[in-house]
Amino acid sequence: MKIDVAYVAELARLELSEDEKNLFQSQLEDIVGYVEKISEVDVEGIPPMMHGRETVNAFREDKVGSSLPVEAALANAPKRVGDEFLLPKIVEGAES
Amino acid sequence: MELYELGVKQALSGIAKGEFTSEDLVKAIIDRKNSADGEIGAYLTFDEEHALRLARENPTSVPIAIKDLINVSGQPCTCASKMLEGYVSPYDATVISNLKAAGFIPAGRVNMDEFAMGSSTENSGLGVTRNPYDLSRVPGGSSGGSAAAVGGNLCIASLGTDTGGSIRQPASFCNCVGVKPSYGRVSRFGVTAFASSLDQVGPLTKSVEDAAILMKALAGHDERDGTTPRESVPDYLAELQGASMKGVKIGIAKEYFNVAGLDPEVKRITDSAIKMCEDAGAEIVEVSLPHTEYAMAVYYIIAPAEASANLARFDGVRYGHRSEKAVDVFSLYCKSRAEGFGPEVKRRIIMGTYVLSSGYYDAYYGRAQKVRTLIKRDFDEAFTKVDALLSPCAPTSAFAFGEKHDPLTMYLNDLYTIPSSLAGVCASSVPAGFTADTKMPVGVQFICGGFEEAKLLRISKAFEDISPVKAARGI
Repeated sequence: MKIDVAYVAELARLELSEDEKNLFQSQLEDIVGYVEKISEVDVEGIPPMMHGRETVNAFREDKVGSSLPVEAALANAPKRVGDEFLLPKIVEGAES
Repeated sequence: MELYELGVKQALSGIAKGEFTSEDLVKAIIDRKNSADGEIGAYLTFDEEHALRLARENPTSVPIAIKDLINVSGQPCTCASKMLEGYVSPYDATVISNLKAAGFIPAGRVNMDEFAMGSSTENSGLGVTRNPYDLSRVPGGSSGGSAAAVGGNLCIASLGTDTGGSIRQPASFCNCVGVKPSYGRVSRFGVTAFASSLDQVGPLTKSVEDAAILMKALAGHDERDGTTPRESVPDYLAELQGASMKGVKIGIAKEYFNVAGLDPEVKRITDSAIKMCEDAGAEIVEVSLPHTEYAMAVYYIIAPAEASANLARFDGVRYGHRSEKAVDVFSLYCKSRAEGFGPEVKRRIIMGTYVLSSGYYDAYYGRAQKVRTLIKRDFDEAFTKVDALLSPCAPTSAFAFGEKHDPLTMYLNDLYTIPSSLAGVCASSVPAGFTADTKMPVGVQFICGGFEEAKLLRISKAFEDISPVKAARGI
């Protein structure tokens, strides 16, 4: 099993050094090689278990409650301007 | 007896009798931490002023050490990651508000594997925690700080979280009682998510009674966590009355005992625990959990997959580490995550992203969920025949630092705790003995069906009463 670690890291929005790529390459191939074991199991007609416990329609009452105050929500922002999170320019050609 | 040696029940009773106050307890723990935690390293941070203020405001409350991924308003919540250094929680997790309502206060933040990923606490990005029984050995993980704090008498009790064994295995390694509640029994609101179909919060304590008291405080419906049903919470402590092994059917899964890597001393202690249960009146029944051999593979697909999705929120935008080197939003994500996360977290994010990626989803994640159903059915079938399963908690006692440097070898240390996590049932670790060679503590695991915590705790108490060792003593 050959894993394209660089491609997967890009999907994961995670920059890896060359050393990390090489290390993860062999480690992940070991781990994936191990988990391949599940291909032996006959799962024909078996439903997937998606949760630790079956729960159906866990709704709460639709009522207005309190929410986090703006200052509290922004208190951990790495950078902010006024009541907003400050980020590098996203749209090409737009003013940052 | 020093105040820091007390368990929850004794502390509550001493306060009720007016022998000491909450502030006395917090002061005793702070003194103990200052004298003994230098070499153990259970705590990442301890806001003494905060704990003392809460104790003065709630003079009958008992302090509890909190794993550093559970939010306490105004306190750090680092998840032992550089990603969250400097983060201050804006609100209390539901388990914290539940604890406060039941007469407890959070006091101190204990170490863990980064984002709860690991089995030794060696993956902490912020500090080393050593086993209080032998400083050259790990405390287990991921709730290693919680277990070292309890086992080392650095707290009265602690909260941990368990995704694949992260309460039970460190409890075994550090001679504590640990309880992983059934999936849905305890709210996760305000607890940093690792693998959402598996994560649970639970207590690490010095006795089963203490675990019962804390379980009563923690458990119950929370409208902010849709996985918690509106099911009443028994008075677990009262349910322990008259706990006995008489007539209890204890299942022994044959697949758990012919395992390569099961340490002979752990096997000896477990066999002796089975014999003690039988001598005390339990009926020992052999059962089969035929899909056990696939549990590790299922877990190491499902847990990283869910982690890769959950940890997408750490992108340097709203909170957490932001790279100074970013030139645009894409590089802001990639570089912030590269700088903030440690190696094990990166490895699991890559693994999880891979198994969820286009072309592989069905073969890995989709298939793993189906095999998980078969594992769950194994447990359902076993529990038609027995009240509880008894097994080792981990295949070894606490190992030395650096001993398991290969990730896959480290993962395989969780083979006894992972199947029950996948099944969503409840399980405990109860001190059972010490190894003859290394003199390290070993716990045994009891497993009961979903939402059968009252039964689990009764059986655990009955075992504790006949066990040759008691938790957190003799340190």
